This record gives sequence, C-alpha cells and structure tokens, in this order.
Amino acid sequence: MPQIECTGVSLAYERGVVLRDLTFSVERGDYLCVVGENGSGKSTLAKALLGLKAPLAGRIVFDESLRRRGIGYLPQQSADRSDFPASVWEVTLSGRAARLGLRPFYNRADKEAAMQSLRRLGIEELQKQPCASLSGGQRQRVLLARALCAGDGLLLLDEPVAGLDPTAAAEMYAVIRELHQSGTTVIMISHDLAGALRDATTVLHLHHEPLFFGPKTEYLKSGLCRGLSGEGAAYD
Amino acid sequence: MIEMITEMFSYSFMVHAIVAGLFLSLCASLLGVSLVLKRYSMIGDGLSHIGFGALAVASAANLAPLGVALPVVVVAAILLLRLSGSGRLKGDSAIALISTSSLAVGVLAVSLGRGTNIDLNSYMFGTILSVSESDMCLSVALSAVVLAVFALFYHRIFAVTFDEIFAKASGIRAGGYNMLLAVLAAVTIVLGMRLMGALLISALIVFPPLTSMRLFRSFRGVAVSSAILSVVCFFIGICISYTSDAPAGASVVVVNLGAFLLFSAVAFAAGRLCARRTGKGSLKR
Repeated sequence: MPQIECTGVSLAYERGVVLRDLTFSVERGDYLCVVGENGSGKSTLAKALLGLKAPLAGRIVFDESLRRRGIGYLPQQSADRSDFPASVWEVTLSGRAARLGLRPFYNRADKEAAMQSLRRLGIEELQKQPCASLSGGQRQRVLLARALCAGDGLLLLDEPVAGLDPTAAAEMYAVIRELHQSGTTVIMISHDLAGALRDATTVLHLHHEPLFFGPKTEYLKSGLCRGLSGEGAAYD
Repeated sequence: MIEMITEMFSYSFMVHAIVAGLFLSLCASLLGVSLVLKRYSMIGDGLSHIGFGALAVASAANLAPLGVALPVVVVAAILLLRLSGSGRLKGDSAIALISTSSLAVGVLAVSLGRGTNIDLNSYMFGTILSVSESDMCLSVALSAVVLAVFALFYHRIFAVTFDEIFAKASGIRAGGYNMLLAVLAAVTIVLGMRLMGALLISALIVFPPLTSMRLFRSFRGVAVSSAILSVVCFFIGICISYTSDAPAGASVVVVNLGAFLLFSAVAFAAGRLCARRTGKGSLKR
C-alpha cells in the first residue's frame, strides 16, 4: 500500500480553487519532486498533506506506519526568524513537542531522539550554539534535525535550498540524499530543478492541475521541465 | 538606604503597590517573551488603551471598574489576535484605530462625568496609591496562574513562538496557546494599569525580553533573564518613585530603559573583545 494516496483532491482558498483534481501516490522509499511555477499550488499541497488544509474534494489517505511515525516537515524559510534567541538543542528538541501529551517535560526518549537526529545530520557539536550564529546551511540542517524528531516516516521539504549559496545547497542535497538512501521517503517542493531532479525518482508537476505525475525519466522526456527552466538542459 | 526601604514597607499602600507590582512585572515579562518574539508587541499597547477607555467609562458611570474593564480587555485581546492573523483589516492599522479611539472615548468619559472624582493623570500615568489589598491578592493569584502555565506548557509555548506553522503541522494547537497568552496578557495589563498608567504598562511586557535578548541567545536564557530583570527594575523604579515623588510608571520604565542601554553596552563591548581575540569578525562557515 502506498504511504500516501491522493485521489481527486481539490484545494481552494477564499479567492478561488488553487489545485484541481489531483491524483498521485507516494510509495515507501520514493523521492518525489514537486515542481511548478509560483502560485501553482505546491505549498498548498504541502499544507494539505500536513493536515493544515482540508481538501475541498477528494481524499488523502496515509498508510498505517506513516500515521504512526509521522511526517517530518521542513517549512519554507523566511529571513526574519534568523535572529530568534534559541539554541540548536532547543530547536531540535522542539520537534518532539507534539508528542508530550500531558507531560510538561521531555523524557529521556525525546532527548535521545534529538541527539540521534543531530548525529544523523552531522551537527552534534553545534548543540549549544545559538541558531542566530549559524550559517544558512547549518541552520537548515538544524531544522532538518527538528523535522526528523517530529516524524521520520517521511520527510516533506519545502524549498530546502532557497537562499543557500551553491556550496551549501550541494551539501544540503547530499544530506537529503543520504537520508533517502537510508530508507526515508522524501517529498521535495522545489524551484531548483537541476538540483532537485538529480536525485528524484518521481516528479509531480503542478499548474493548478497536475500536468505530470510519474517517474523522473518520463518527465525529462516530456517538454515540461523546459517550460519551467527556460532551456533544454539535461538533468541527469 | 536600608532605612528608606524599611520606611517604605511600613506603609500598607506601599506594600500593596510593591507586592502587586513585582508579581505583575514577573507575569508581564514572561508573557512578553512570547509576545515580542511573535511580533505582537503592539497588541500590548492597544490593550492598555482599550483598558483605559473601559476603566474611564466604568468609573464615570459609577460601575465597578475592574468588573467592566477585565471582560472588555479580554474580549479585545481575542479580537485583536484574530485581526492580526486574518490580514483583511491589517493588524497594525486596526490596533492604531482601536487604541486612539479608546483613549479618546476614555478622556471624554472622564471630562464629561464631572460629578465623579477621577484623576485623569493617575489613569494615564499610574499612581502608587491606587493598589488596594484585593488588587494585590489578584496580582499574586494571576502570577500563580502565569507561572503554572509557563511551567506546564513551556516547551509547547516555545514551539509555537519559534515556528507556529511547524507547531501546527506537528499537531500542537497553536491557536489555543496564542489565545491563552493573549488573555493572560490582557488580565496583566488591566491589573497593572492603575499602578503603571495606561500609557506605560505595555513597557513591562516589552522591555525585559528586548533587554535580555541583547545578551542571551537561548530561549531559556531570555526567559529567565526577563523574569529576574523585570522584578529588579520594578523594585528600583518604585524606590525612585517613593523617594522623588515621581510617577511610579515613568520611574519603572526609565529604569528598564537604563537596563536596556546597559545590556546593549555590555553586548557591544563583549562583541568587540571577542572579535579582537579571534582576530576576525563574526566568521561563518
């Protein structure tokens, strides 16, 4: 059974329908890249997958293990949060906040999970550092660690390399590739076609309705990526 | 100095004012950490103007001031929070509209209700004489609630303050926590308004976190520092007010300003020292 199954989903805001009749599925171990122009509904889809937006029509079904393990979410970053007073540890651990239930404090399992995440992303030694003193790439790793703490069944990344310089972006893709290769399903929303399509296994191209859903190889053969990038570049 | 302090405490009205003020400063600073970081600082200011309007109208109409002001300001807090979230009537302009209107209505109510004995100055700028024993008990009770909320929900409040979207996505009821903080802030403002003055009470919310953020770079550090700072600044401010007969609100705010400048200077000096020692500016990887 696929981890996520979307059937005939339509999403709308007050001003109108943003996404119409969306049908796609995500299998365990997939690396799905969601692409499309600005305003095509990519972030709206992310909100729907996270339960922040109810579909106007259609169904989104999650499999048992995903419901149990949860989705790790990396939101799109805005610059003005970069000076928020918080240490790397505080931010990473906050990924476990939803699991507190009635407990006021984190227990050893929560702290172990946070340490594990930091180790997986190679930022263990930054634990006590204030986030404000980190570089863009380091900060994204911290937020990725937080995402893993919140749910490791699937990673949903919204523009993970936006605002990063090419070196940091390449490192970020490498980290995500490692996580994918260790078995984590990845859904990445991205404008950076070249970087994102390199590791992707499937592609979903949105433009208020799904223009394409299928394996990356098929996508590259279609002319659609040319429309987004404006050139006939090879993305292999 | 010791004699001054002992003498101060020998007056019951001073004891009421000091105890109430210390506890209210503590509440305000803790709530302020979250409110300031969520960019809701102006809500505090808006609420205090609405509170002034409500208090003034209640007094002019010979109704129980707190009985009218508390529900009005709590409802206003909930509405202002909704407004800053919805974006249709932009949050900051709505606050400006509501604040100035409430202030004007309050001033009119006071000047037109000439039969009653209300001192406009003491409403606007606060007076030490305004705190009764029941006010003091209410302040202590409120503090207990705020401290309990912070102790029990600290991690969730951090999650919602740091990244509300992520918190909601992971299943935390962010709206509920925002509402809780706004309502507690509303009560703190109404209770503190007659001591600090409607125009200055929001300083108790805003100054301690901003000052702490000059030096402390973790959320826990900022929270603890805000709490201690608010209490210390309030006490020094009250002593100054007592000895010099200056209004309590203004004295406390000036002390807070002094603390802010001090912390900023220390941060600046520490930054320069660090840069010189490592031989470079803040170098990031």
